[in-house]
Amino acid sequence: MPPDASRPRLSAPFRLSPLAARPLLAALALLLMFAVIVWREPRAASYLGLRLLLNFSIPLMFAAFAAMAVIVLGDIDLGLGPFIGLANVISARWLAGNPSLAALLLVLSLLAYAAMGALIAARRLPSIVITLGASFIWLGAGLLILPTPGGAAPDWLAALLRLHTPFVPLPLWLAVALALAGQILFITSPAGVVLRGFGGAPEALIRAGWSLIAAKSFLYGLAGAFGILAGLALTGINTTGDANFGTPYTLLAIAAVIVGGGEFAGGIVSPPGTVIGALILLLSGALLSFLDVSTDWQLSVQGGILILVLALRALLRKRDAHAA
Amino acid sequence: MNALRTLAFALGLAALAPIASAHAQEGVASGDTSGKRIALSNSYAGNSWRQQMLKTWDRASHDALAQHLIKETKVVNANASAPEQANQIESLIVEGWDAIVINAASPTALNGVIQEACDQHIVVVVFDGLATAPCAYKVAYDYVAMGRMEADFVAKKLNGRGNVLEVRGIAGVSVDDDIHRGITEGFAQTPGIKIVGSVHGNWTQTIAQKEVASVLPSLPPIDAVVTQGGDGWGTYQAFKAAGRPTPLIIFGNRQDELALWRDILKENPNYDTFSVSSAPGCASVAFWVAQQILAGKKVPKTITLPLPVIEKKDLDQWLAIMPEGAVATPVYTREWTAQLIDANAEGKPLPPSPIAKAGDM
Repeated sequence: MPPDASRPRLSAPFRLSPLAARPLLAALALLLMFAVIVWREPRAASYLGLRLLLNFSIPLMFAAFAAMAVIVLGDIDLGLGPFIGLANVISARWLAGNPSLAALLLVLSLLAYAAMGALIAARRLPSIVITLGASFIWLGAGLLILPTPGGAAPDWLAALLRLHTPFVPLPLWLAVALALAGQILFITSPAGVVLRGFGGAPEALIRAGWSLIAAKSFLYGLAGAFGILAGLALTGINTTGDANFGTPYTLLAIAAVIVGGGEFAGGIVSPPGTVIGALILLLSGALLSFLDVSTDWQLSVQGGILILVLALRALLRKRDAHAA
Repeated sequence: MNALRTLAFALGLAALAPIASAHAQEGVASGDTSGKRIALSNSYAGNSWRQQMLKTWDRASHDALAQHLIKETKVVNANASAPEQANQIESLIVEGWDAIVINAASPTALNGVIQEACDQHIVVVVFDGLATAPCAYKVAYDYVAMGRMEADFVAKKLNGRGNVLEVRGIAGVSVDDDIHRGITEGFAQTPGIKIVGSVHGNWTQTIAQKEVASVLPSLPPIDAVVTQGGDGWGTYQAFKAAGRPTPLIIFGNRQDELALWRDILKENPNYDTFSVSSAPGCASVAFWVAQQILAGKKVPKTITLPLPVIEKKDLDQWLAIMPEGAVATPVYTREWTAQLIDANAEGKPLPPSPIAKAGDM
């Protein structure tokens, strides 16, 4: 939504300094993880090694941005993973042979996501219930389109995902681009201030004349767009479609936002932090593998990272409160 | 003259070629693999079949380690999540494993990473949960043949006339489709046999029992039940609870089903059936296939595995060595796997799956 000069500018309803430290901490953790991986397997630092390790960060980063667009509102999206699966099967089934039909269906699903945001705002419904309900619709639609895994990626999409970028592989360029674009849209731009405001203090913004329905439609639409990008990325990497493939992304994406400095309460997110959080969650599995720790521990480690992050945060908050 | 000599030489080569290749293919390849590393990427470890599968991998790979046939092995489990498994395989590629054996979470979603592995000259063998990537070697059961085997047996026992109930697996999984296809194809040849009912037992005794119990009241007398494994015991319980006579039930190699079969035989020595299912030991076959490829053996892209069939005469021998809750499986050896590869390469009948030794399960 565009900023309006005639309306009062709102300052961010939170202190910046300790929050700015969060993505920095996450970045340090990521560097440490990467250092351990390179120490165990020097090949990981090569161009090919990086590309292989980070290939699946592309859909995960897009998914994390989709989750972030909803978390900034103080909402939560439990239907994201199946929605990514839906975009995956639509593109795998039709994008190569019938691109206009694929594009039409993708646009329709994007509009459906925006409409879901409008519904949640207009009826003041709990997002957790609506998105959970919607998740079954996305999954069901995906299974109707592709009952058994299959389909194919158009050549241009597969080539795009395998693009040989200069200096560092594509996922790292994309990480930088997403972090910058997100920082501008959500943090520095006036629109971003308003959007975050809807998460922090919606009543104040509504009283100031902003439309909650417009804000939620826009942000859920944005989530849908990133979800579709994640689905397209999966099609390009896997070169096929599988309606169930996206499902694990629901919780991974939310975890990435939180590890990166976001808050469930709304209003507080960090786009660069979210990118870093996605990379941390992605590399946690590789790290265990390189350390020869059984992968049975992977889920526990991902959960442990989340608990650690939230515990550290609670500690810092306590210290702040004492200092104040 | 020159041209003639070349021609003669070429003809000589052509005559020699079949002999040479036949020599290269027969038996166990003994190329040096003592420095090779073979990893297993498994999509899911959370049920007893998969636990047994991992155990047979363990047994085969430790035999190989002890005989210095490989340098190292490792198992990574994904939590039934295809993205996680794809990630883990990318890590294995970076770690530079010589062969990656995969039980895939999705028939298609790993094709991208499998291609990456092949591009790095890594040998990829998929088994059980297959992937369609063309560069991967596939170790597969012929489930259509399993369905036909059941249909043929039932048709013969019923003398071509009777009512059959079909207990199926999980809807939408290719294994279920294939077995079902084999069964319908088999019965198509004997019009006197009617499939009067069909339920999805999901390869789980309790679900099969519940589903069969719920359709039984609506069904005419049933002469035989064709199953898919893991559902025979539950089917029997449903018939018993309904007060119906016990039909011919095909069993599925689970210890509880085999024990039940023995109990039925005590009361009715004429009860005739057989038991068939896929074996968790297919992991050990996949391991030896990977080792043999690394050792230089020429291996066809698709290797069909024989399903272990248990007949009445072998029942006591199996039950004596099966722990409670186990699925019947041998741990396959390198020699047996080489025979299997040769049979597949030459289109000969597959070697039968051997009876297990104590400690295999």
